[in-house]
Amino acid sequence: MSELNFMMQLPALQVVLPLVAAPLCVLLRQPNLVWALALAVATSCLGISLCLAQQVWQTGVISYAIGGWQPPFGIEYRLDELSVFMLAFICLIATLTLLGARQSIEKEIPGDRIHLFYATLLLSLTGLLGIISTGDAFNLFVFLEIASLSTYALVAMGRDRRALLAAFRYLILGTIGGTFILIGVGLLYMMTGTLNMQDMAARLPEVINTTTALAALAFMVIGACLKLALLPMHLWLPNAYTYAPSVASAFLAATSTKVAAYVLIRFLYSVYNLRWANIDIPLNEVLALLAASAMLFASYVATRQIELKRLLAWSSLGQIGYIVLGLSLATTAGLAAGTLHLMNHAIIKAGLFMAVAAVIFQQGGSTLMLADLKGLSQRMPWTTAAIVAGGLGLIGVPMTAGFISKWALLQALMESHAWGYIIVLLISSLLAVVYVWRIIETAYSRGPDTRIGRSEAPLGLQLSIWAFVAMNLYLGLQGSPGMSLVTRAAERLLGMEVSL
Amino acid sequence: MSLYDPTLAMLLAIGIPAIGSLLIALAYRWPNLREAITLLTATALFLNVLSLLQPVLDGARPEIVLLSLLPGLELMLSLEPLGMLFALLASGLWIVNSIYSIGYMRGNNEQHQTGFYVCFAIALGATQMLAMAGNLITLLLAYEVLTFATYPLVTHKRTDVARAGGRTYLGILLFTSIALLLPAIVAVWYLAGTTDFIEGGVLQGKLTPTAATVLFAIFLFGTGKAALMPFHRWLPAAMVAPTPVSALLHAVAVVKAGVFTVTKVAVYTFGLDFLSMTGAAAPMLWVAVFTLLTASLIALTKDNLKARLAYSTVSQLSYIVLGATLATSMGVMGGAFHMVAHALGKITLFFCAGAIYTALHKTEVSQLDGMGRVMPFTFGAFLIASLSIIGLPPTGGTWSKWLLMSGAADAGEMIVLAALAISSLLNIVYLLEIPLRAFLKPTSQPVATGINEAPLLCVAPLCLTALSCILLFFYPQPLLTLLNAWSPS
Repeated sequence: MSELNFMMQLPALQVVLPLVAAPLCVLLRQPNLVWALALAVATSCLGISLCLAQQVWQTGVISYAIGGWQPPFGIEYRLDELSVFMLAFICLIATLTLLGARQSIEKEIPGDRIHLFYATLLLSLTGLLGIISTGDAFNLFVFLEIASLSTYALVAMGRDRRALLAAFRYLILGTIGGTFILIGVGLLYMMTGTLNMQDMAARLPEVINTTTALAALAFMVIGACLKLALLPMHLWLPNAYTYAPSVASAFLAATSTKVAAYVLIRFLYSVYNLRWANIDIPLNEVLALLAASAMLFASYVATRQIELKRLLAWSSLGQIGYIVLGLSLATTAGLAAGTLHLMNHAIIKAGLFMAVAAVIFQQGGSTLMLADLKGLSQRMPWTTAAIVAGGLGLIGVPMTAGFISKWALLQALMESHAWGYIIVLLISSLLAVVYVWRIIETAYSRGPDTRIGRSEAPLGLQLSIWAFVAMNLYLGLQGSPGMSLVTRAAERLLGMEVSL
Repeated sequence: MSLYDPTLAMLLAIGIPAIGSLLIALAYRWPNLREAITLLTATALFLNVLSLLQPVLDGARPEIVLLSLLPGLELMLSLEPLGMLFALLASGLWIVNSIYSIGYMRGNNEQHQTGFYVCFAIALGATQMLAMAGNLITLLLAYEVLTFATYPLVTHKRTDVARAGGRTYLGILLFTSIALLLPAIVAVWYLAGTTDFIEGGVLQGKLTPTAATVLFAIFLFGTGKAALMPFHRWLPAAMVAPTPVSALLHAVAVVKAGVFTVTKVAVYTFGLDFLSMTGAAAPMLWVAVFTLLTASLIALTKDNLKARLAYSTVSQLSYIVLGATLATSMGVMGGAFHMVAHALGKITLFFCAGAIYTALHKTEVSQLDGMGRVMPFTFGAFLIASLSIIGLPPTGGTWSKWLLMSGAADAGEMIVLAALAISSLLNIVYLLEIPLRAFLKPTSQPVATGINEAPLLCVAPLCLTALSCILLFFYPQPLLTLLNAWSPS
């Protein structure tokens, strides 16, 4: 009986665990101890999320009433296929980035602040997991703010003084985004009298075409897009990724925008149920158009960058376009493709940023110019190989995870007869070839001083990098499990009969 | 049932080069051991592929699923006579080429030799996979691996020129495959629900003649390795590579991978009947004819020997594409025969170019006056190989020209027939000029008389391939038997 009870508490436990661990970090202070604690917490969360995923896979949606207050009056944690998918991969990324974090953070952050870094990272994780788990719109906003505030702090810890300005800009735009979401939720509460998203969805159809409900939708979508950094609401992102500590860049690039995409999916499909709702505004078309322009413009800008982290940041902006394009199709295939790319891109990009962390660890300096990579293949052959693998994933070469999601997206676009967007997708892939090849070509060209011997990064970083590479290749070779998961998640979101 | 059956042999065809590349990398300290491993791997691969020949002739079509990427989207190998032909050709010539590589790379004191042999082995593994691909997705994978594995070989010298060449190479090959070939494959999957290569094609009745024409064109232009104009520039750019690379990869493996892809798509994705019924291939026929003539004309203007050979390759590849686009089985057979005849001829020509560079350090045609007396074997082989490319007896090229011309006549394409004839004349002008200069013109420089050939390891392979050009004329039967095993009629 007690074991059963414990299993029942898992949905709350995985949010509470990092929340409790964060202040513990501040109390412990000792850098290595704090790191070990953070890693242990992230690993436990990963274990919990996998348990939850298995439960949902076998028995369907889990509903958990916080404090025993039944929904829709109390706060409900509601885990469906999409939530557990997101939980598992966010925890995985947290675990793997933390695995490689110790040495890199030691080098990039002053010793008396290291414990604060891990504390804020765990708080950020709390926020992200909370956003995914909760079924309550206001609670979602609260977690969003927890995640965002700790993220601003993470960015500000960067070694470069410009990190402060980047964090400040992020703070301003992020707060606007958060406020928009709050306004949207408030308006919806006014119209439906409930905060539970499930309940909202049931009551919305009666009032769907009132100005208030439409305004709420607009506020929520724009708020989510700001957090998601969809062009043209992307201004905060490049600097934030460039100047944050390297490990933080890896963690943020792979999680925070991805969770924002999750919020967008929830608003669009769980609350408003965009597929069936008879809404008077061409929301899908607008989103698709913005996504397409991100794919073209951001990828183009990425080809012009001379700073490696900034290049990767712009590439992320382009890849976010792929995700949103998939979501905007409002078909099972499109939603599944977008969700799949969410994970695949997160894994690829986290691996690349960790590789950058390794290079910065060896070469010093706070930023890494593309030109500094010259001769990297001689100095750090393994890290260079990992960068190549990640780069091929960004392009979407067969046998990498990027190929699977791009294939799925192409397929979804054909199904929707969106021929124009197919061309956009292809052009954007070609731009990816250009920016990836600039990295690879520089890394394999002769360095300024060929006498420098090999000096690879420490084992922890290597492990983390290669774990991401292995995931990238594995997901590229075995696409079926992931695909069936996201297809089921998409079916659930679109309110279809879920094939168990 | 023995353990060593055709499916295992197919796996080994990819596995042997893969393991070989690993061993070569491990043996980087001991050059002799390293080269021994290369030769051993090449021989083992050839024998392994050869063991598949009899089953295929007996009508077996071994099949094996490697991996399932997505439901219905599998990496699959399956072998049919055309693939058999290509696999045998590439693996057989790899042995000869490896011997030549050793002579050339050591003779010229090239750098990074270990990386060179490793990439070579990977490229050959990819070629085998491409030859045995059971569906378009497997083919695309092998195609891309081949591109990436040959890029370091093209930029082998690591100079700015080499890097610029490599950029053109990779740029065009990746551009065409991502922007055209990949969406074309997705379209096939979308239309037919499968990308498998199936007898008679999978698209019959799935799309209108206009759509079929467009899709076929996207496939052919998307296969950048077939070097149809305007996507041919990568091939001359690839000539910055060391000559053994140009010889095996850019006269045999990579470019034949391109035309092989075109042939496979025509035969097993569209189906010849469907192509001839809808006329979908007709526009591409004219693109092939245009490329064939234009590239020959450009070759005339090139003084650099390797550049001239590269444009000659562009032109000759279009013969094979032309064979496929005639959409008759005679045309396809002619194209397949030409794959072999051109491979033997062109590898010889490149071997000769490399031998000339190794012995005399000459790269331009105009420098070769009178050199025939210095390098009689090399230029003798050059003469024979030129005859084969032109299509004159007593060389194997005669048969493929014959088959292609009958194919064109069968299809009633008299203009194509004329174009083939004109092209042969152009071949005579730009190819025969070289041995004639070497043998008949007096030398302009006072060089020491007497024979000054390249190292034996360079000369022996080129004599061997020249000899096989002649053998192919007298004994075309084995090859024709294999092609008959393919042909439905």
